[in-house]
Formats: sequence, structure tokens, C-alpha cells
Amino acid sequence: MIGVRGGSSVTAAKGPGGDGVKHDDVVGAAPPALRMRGIRKSFPGVMALDGVDLEVREGEVHVLLGENGAGKSTLMKVLSGAVRADAGEIELAGERVEIAGPSHAQALGIRIIYQEFNLVPQLSAAENILLGQEPTRGFGLVDRRRLEREGRSRLEELGVRIDPARPVQELGVAQQQMVEVAKALHGQARLLIMDEPTSALTASEIDVLFGVIERLTAQGVAVVYISHRLEEVERIGTCVTVLRDGKHVATHGVGEVSLAELIRLMANRELKEHYPKRRVTRGEELLRVEGLRAGILHDVAFSLHRGEVVGLAGLLGAGRTEVARAITGADPPASGRVTIKGKAMRLREPRDAIRQGVGFLPEDRKTQGLVLGRSVKENLALPSAPRLSAFGWMDGAAEEALAAREVQDLRIRTPNLEQNVVHLSGGNQQKVVLGKWLAADVDVLVMDEPTRGIDVAAKVEIYGEMNRLTAKGAGILMISSELPEVLGMSDRILVMRHGRIVAEMEAAGTSQEQVLRAALGQPA
Amino acid sequence: MSTASWLSKKGRQVGTLLGLVLLSGLLSILSPHFLTVSNLLNVLEQTSINAVIAAGMTFVIVSGGIDLSVGSIVAFSGVLLASALQAPLPAPLAIAVGLAAGAACGLTNGLLITRGRLPPFIATLGMMSVARGAALVFTSGRPVSGFEAGFRSLATARVLGIPAPVLAAALVYVLAHLLLSRTRFGRYVYAIGGNEEATRLSGVAVRFHKTMVYVLCGVTSAFAAVLLTARLNSAQPIAGMMYELDAIAATVIGGTSLLGGSGSLGGTLVGALIMGVLRNGLNLLGVSSFLQQIVIGVVIIVAVLVDSMLKRPGR
Repeated sequence: MIGVRGGSSVTAAKGPGGDGVKHDDVVGAAPPALRMRGIRKSFPGVMALDGVDLEVREGEVHVLLGENGAGKSTLMKVLSGAVRADAGEIELAGERVEIAGPSHAQALGIRIIYQEFNLVPQLSAAENILLGQEPTRGFGLVDRRRLEREGRSRLEELGVRIDPARPVQELGVAQQQMVEVAKALHGQARLLIMDEPTSALTASEIDVLFGVIERLTAQGVAVVYISHRLEEVERIGTCVTVLRDGKHVATHGVGEVSLAELIRLMANRELKEHYPKRRVTRGEELLRVEGLRAGILHDVAFSLHRGEVVGLAGLLGAGRTEVARAITGADPPASGRVTIKGKAMRLREPRDAIRQGVGFLPEDRKTQGLVLGRSVKENLALPSAPRLSAFGWMDGAAEEALAAREVQDLRIRTPNLEQNVVHLSGGNQQKVVLGKWLAADVDVLVMDEPTRGIDVAAKVEIYGEMNRLTAKGAGILMISSELPEVLGMSDRILVMRHGRIVAEMEAAGTSQEQVLRAALGQPA
Repeated sequence: MSTASWLSKKGRQVGTLLGLVLLSGLLSILSPHFLTVSNLLNVLEQTSINAVIAAGMTFVIVSGGIDLSVGSIVAFSGVLLASALQAPLPAPLAIAVGLAAGAACGLTNGLLITRGRLPPFIATLGMMSVARGAALVFTSGRPVSGFEAGFRSLATARVLGIPAPVLAAALVYVLAHLLLSRTRFGRYVYAIGGNEEATRLSGVAVRFHKTMVYVLCGVTSAFAAVLLTARLNSAQPIAGMMYELDAIAATVIGGTSLLGGSGSLGGTLVGALIMGVLRNGLNLLGVSSFLQQIVIGVVIIVAVLVDSMLKRPGR
């Protein structure tokens, strides 16, 4: 392990294609803690990982950078055994392994700390750390004293002072994170993967965490560190690998490369699809949002005009979905003014927004967009039910006609209108959610990740519908984590960071790099 | 719709109906007394009360909830109805008092669930105890008996040979079926049970409609109390014990999923009839009432087991 740090392990990628990354072969050097080669994983409609290589040495903090959807999470899931790669090799300390599942990954010494904690709030720190491996005194009785002692020693190994007997719900976020780390590091941990571990921490808490990471690397643990915070790359990282579109783009030693260069590498995603954007002349103002506050949102203000698509860009957790949910009444805003067609809206329920002609296509069609288990017809007609009924009595023929029209217009592939939506493909399900709002004849459509997880053909059809809507004089607010999509389909782009809108730009003539810079809080 | 797709959609209901037919066939072989007009009318009459309660229960379960208080509501609204009759109030007015009491209990359940955010199980468990206690307190534990013939004719009258309670239950089913399958309210009940959040995001006043479901269930329970009180010529504060289990069983045997979002009144009606025929048949065969409980429990479990095996993915 000695002499590895910052030394020979660092080589730049040979070209933008990303292949051909090699560590110098140092004679007598130990094999890397982790070597991944040609990892491929595809999900329906997406190539999440396309031949990714990654090498992490003992005692090294390897930062993994990439835009939303670049493949970081999938790569991590492959390592943790949550997902099986379609192809590729994984070596741990020179030994070829096939990771069969999460418990196998554990046995191999791979530990992972997710962004969301997996702690039981009511249990003490020690109980959480030793969950599932409590010391017993026979008859299944827990030896509380040993449990506490063991918990304490695990925490002390990390150099943190936390009372092991305290319920974790009484601990601060950083302390909870330490409990999570202590829990992860039981047994022979060789590789620790951390997903955005600092996103909820304050500056001094980050110092503590970094102290712990340094201690671990000094003991020879290899760390894969995923972050959106570029400033952390230089503080904690040894090496940095950039992923883009599921491909390995480059690996550099920290300090060899500027932040500006890293951003350039992360951006410039390929324009895989042709965006059939049709621009319409911007009409009168439809929606105006002023001083919006809700959750992490801070003084969000913007407007949306007829015939316009406004793209809302930003990293995960920047507050984009919160904006969508606030202005559609899904999570009513704490304060602020939302005006639609010159009229102030009182937002307490989604109903209030829908009555004013504001529709919401939520980010998760299965849990928020559709009533799974009910028919295509009933789903399509749901927001329009008041219009389709007189004195509470549904007009069956009108309902049928409405559903038939949307199925035809959107080319929803379903054997009949009575088909349960659960049996439709992802793309057709998304079209049903879109059809609900087309049928309801909304003026403003808020779309949160409208093309996530659907095939290319369905994507193009949804873009076509967006064009038809704007041509009819509607306005669209579109959230997307796909930068090419934001640039390809928007007229105007708003960039969010930490709950605020930090930049506004015309889509025409703007590059992915410019948007990403703003989203990362780097000067233009 | 083609016959095939109709069958696949109605498959579950057809299956339950088949179960009822098979059970009836078996009993008519085993007992010469089963397949007689008077016995079958007797079965229908005895089933009518459980069937009426199960109609309201179907709405609750389709909406993704549960109502454990129906039996206690039968007792509570029954004693109020009986006291109103003895006041004396005219029968229609007294019946309105009883139904209003059921509606009030249901409204309380609904508000506790939608505004107080209590799980339906807890809210209605509490109401089960409160309404029972209220019935006992109101009557000091004594039955209220003896009503005028006009009111009793609700149980004793026959139209074309069919007992009035059977006709009343049939009317309840026709109305409830139309409500669930043909109205906006019905659409919303299914949608709420299927996915409450998606329904809310589609602009539906979820809390209002959910509350109304419990009000409806309270009213059907109170209506069952009217039929029961007329039949017994007495309202007992301890009436309706365990009725909630019979109503839930009828609903579940009828193919309504406890997860919500699916089910039908036709299914529940067949489910209630299966329970009624089974009880009647076991009585005719001289099976002890202790053993009957075991048989009925097994039938409930088998019905749902078969259902979940048919629905299991990969089939």
C-alpha cells in the first residue's frame, strides 16, 4: 500500500472515446484494490453503462464525477451487487470475482453508503451499527453491555465521539452519517463507496467526515467517492474519473487537471437523438411565479408564456421537482405568488391548479402518474371526470370518446380501452399520463422528467406532442436531467442550484457546458 | 367487447358464482330440504342483512380502507330507531333518525381518517367500541322491544311471495352497483383505492370522497339495523356482534382486494350468498355451530388463497 498514493496510478485518458486507460505497470506493485473492465449494463431504452473501466488502488480516494444519468449510480450498484452487469470483468486485489448479490459483495469486503441513510431511528447508535449481528448470551438474549462496548469501539476507530447508547434520531445528520460509516465498516472492509456523503452536511461536519476518510485510507481502504461538489475533488481526492453517457471519459490525478477542464469533460454529451423542436412565437404571459418558498426553495421567480417551453435544469436535489410540486399544488408553497393568466392562484390542493388549467406530469408515473390496476380509459378520463359527468352521473359515451381520441392521437398501443395500464410498456404508460392532461385541455403543463426510462420512439412522440401543445398556445415547464433534452426542447432555460434559480439563458446558442457550469456553481 | 375478454375481466366473479352454484348443487344432493322454495327464500332473507352491510363495506374496501365499526353501528342506530319508534315518531321519521345516526358514525370515522390521518383500522376500531358503548349506555343494556305493525311489515310483508327484506337488499344492490360503476363518485372510489396520490394529483378531492365512503358505509349499516329491528320486533344494544367479520368476509370472498382499487358489488353479493348458503346448509345437515365456525373460516381462507394464487405473477 505504501507509495501508491498519488504516484503511478494516475494517467490521463488517451482520447475522448475513453478507452485505453491504463495504469503504469510498476514492477512489484500490488494489484489495485479494484479493477473494473468493460462493464456494460443496459436497461430498457437506455445503455446505462457502456464499457466502463475503473481502477482504484489501496488507500486511494477515487472521485467519480458525472452529470445526472452519466452512469455513476449504476456502476455503484454493480459493485454493491444490487444490479448485475451484462458484461465486463471485476477484479478485487487481482482476483477475478463475480458479484452474485448484496451479501456476496459484503463478504468480498465491499461497503457502500447511500445518500439516504439506512438507519432505524428509534434504535441506539450501537444497535444500528450491529444490527443483525448483535452479541448474544444464548437463548437469543442480546448482551447489551457487549453491544454497547462494541459499538463504542467501532465509533472510536473512526475517531468520533458519539454516545453509543443514544437513539440515532437524537443525533445530528453528521453523527448519523458516522454511525452509517461505522455500520458499513464491520469486518474486513476493502472498498468503501460513498454516494454524495456531504450533501446534507455543514462545513465543520464535512471536516469530520474527511478526517474519517483519511483515517480509513491510511489503513489501506480504497474509497470511491461520488460527488457533485467540485471543490471536494481537490480536497479529498487522489484521482478523478469522469463518466458521461455511461462511458468512461477520462481518469486524471487530482491536481493534473483544472476544474474547468473537468466540467468540459462532464458536459458535451452526445446528441443521440434529433430533437424535433418547433419554435413558435412567444405569446402573452401565462404563468408568473414570484417569491416562491417551499422546503429548500428560496425566492424562486420566473414566468412562462404561451407557445414557450421553459426548461428547468440543475443537479438532483437542486429544487426542480420542488418548484413543480409547489406551483401545481402537489406540495403547496409556504409563501409566494403564483399568477395564472393574470389571476392569483390559491394553491392548497392540485385541484386548485387544475381548475386554472395547470396540469402536472409527475416524475414517477407508476407511483404518482397512474392508477395502476385501472383501465386506460379510466386513467385518461380521471382529471376530466367533472366535465364528463352531469349531477355525478358519468357520461359513458363521452368518456369512451375522450379516451379513444387520446389513444388515437398519442398512438397509445393498447389492445382496447379497458386494458389495465399496468400491462402497457413504459412509453405507452407515459403517453397515458400525458393524455390525461391533453384531454383536460390544460394551458400550462408542468412536466417532470417527461421521457425518463422510455424508448427512443416514444420519446420522439412525446416531443411531438409538446410541439403540438405549444403550437396551440399552451406553455410548458419541463424538468429534465438530460442536458441535451433541455437544450433541444426548450426555448428558455432556468438553472437551479441549492433551491434558487441561479441562471437564465436562451436555449439557442447555449452549450451544455454553460448550463452545467451554472448548475455546479462555477463562474461562467 | 369479445366474450373472451369479458370472461377474463369478469373471470373472478364468474369463478365465485361457480363456487356458489357448486356449493348449492352439493347441498341439494346432501339434503332433501335444501332445494325448496321456502328454504331458499329463507336463505335469502337471512342473507339480506349481512348483504346490505357488505355493500357499504365494499365501497370502503375498494377505496383501500376497512370499517370495523359496522356491527356496533347496527346496534347504535338500531336502539335510536327503536326509541324513536316508541316515542312515538312515525315510522319514516324514526327510520330517518336511525339512518342519520349511522351517517354520523360514518362521518366521524371518515373525518378521523382523512383529517386526523388515523389509519382506518384504528379509527373504526375505536368507533366499534364507542358506538357499542353508546348503545349500551343509551338503553342501560336493555333491549327496546315492541313496535307497531306498520313498521314490522318491513320484515313480514311479502311482495309476490318474496320477503320484503330480500327486496330491500336487492334495491340496495341495484343502487350501490349503479353508484360504484356509473357515477363519478364510483370512479373516484376505485381511483383512490388504486393510487391515492395519483388521484389527488389528478385534481380529485380525495379527502372528501374518502369521508363520503365511510358515511355511505355507516348508512348501509343503519339500514341493516332497520331490517334487523323490524324482523326481531326488538332492538338489542348487543346486536350486530361480529357482523363486521361477516361483511368483510363476504366482500373478500366476492373478489374485492383488501389492497383497494378493485372489486364489485356483484362479487360481494355472491360472497354474501355463499356465506348464507353455507350456514343454512350446515344447519340442515345438523353440523354443530362450533364446527360451522371452522368451516366458514376455511372457506374464507381458501377463497382468498385461490384468488391470490391466480393473480400471482407468471400466471
